[in-house]
Amino acid sequence: MRLLAAFVAMGAVTYVSRLLPLLILAHRTLPPRVLRFLEAVPVAVLAAFVAPLVLAPQGVLDISLANQGLLVTLPTVVVAARTRSLIATVAAGTLLMMALRAFG
Amino acid sequence: MAETEETRVSARALGLRDGVREALPAVLGYVPIGFAYGVVGTAAGIPLWAVVAMSVLVYAGSAQFIAVSLISQGASVAVLVVTTFLVNVRHLLYSLALSPRLERMSRRRLAWVAAELTDESFVMAARTSTSRDTRLSFSFMVGLNGVLQIVWIMSSAVGGVLGGFVGDPLALGLDYALIAMFIGLLTLQMRGSTGVIVAAVAGVVSLGLHLLGAGMLGIIVATVVAGGTGLVWAERR
Repeated sequence: MRLLAAFVAMGAVTYVSRLLPLLILAHRTLPPRVLRFLEAVPVAVLAAFVAPLVLAPQGVLDISLANQGLLVTLPTVVVAARTRSLIATVAAGTLLMMALRAFG
Repeated sequence: MAETEETRVSARALGLRDGVREALPAVLGYVPIGFAYGVVGTAAGIPLWAVVAMSVLVYAGSAQFIAVSLISQGASVAVLVVTTFLVNVRHLLYSLALSPRLERMSRRRLAWVAAELTDESFVMAARTSTSRDTRLSFSFMVGLNGVLQIVWIMSSAVGGVLGGFVGDPLALGLDYALIAMFIGLLTLQMRGSTGVIVAAVAGVVSLGLHLLGAGMLGIIVATVVAGGTGLVWAERR
């Protein structure tokens, strides 16, 4: 029961972050500058997630051949740019990583 | 194939089925991570019902992994709740940035859409609204978000049940699926000099803060700084 109560509270505090801006901005027109800022958010969030995961997977900067994530990322970017298909990119990146972990 | 398909359907409004279809690349990433969460959860001594209940009630990948480690260390409810809030406060940004991409809809419907907003559902929704140059309908969001949470709950349940019989699924390299999706989305969405600058600033700031041990807060700061830089850059040209 203690866990269930904790999960309900954890869900509630998360829901506040998920809901509040949508509710406040509903049926409102945002100024063009704010819209331009918000347009940049997806690319910014993606780069902010990817950079540490790829360049510092263990918490320290690792730009070397021992960094498997970095090795796999280069061909994954090529597949994404060439096929412009997300499914192909996810499949290629994951298979390459599995092959590298299995045989590398 | 994706290109011609996208141009063909852009004329009509996107519905439930489009949402389900757009969710597919993220599903490939959710299955191994949800499975791993289930394995880790039951391995930490958390009962199966609670492992699954957390995927239903909290539904936030990184926060759930952190919660598993906190629960196994006997953390109090207060610590769990405050930590979850801090780890998940980045959803404010997603909610903010999603707002102008949605069709006008009632507050009740917004409340439904918000309940299942995650890193992945936000980036998939943003990608669709950019590539189709359209606002997203309630039914599209229900399809996209619904599939993702159902897959997340089922993967955690399966991981929780099979946890005792299998090793660490991430040792195989399946953890890279979500990273590959993020890399693919970044490659496909980074357009023009503004896109390159936003990505570069976000990457450098986030990496720097990560090395300093900033955690999730680093992601938020990097996103805001990069978005601001992109705005200034776009307006100077």
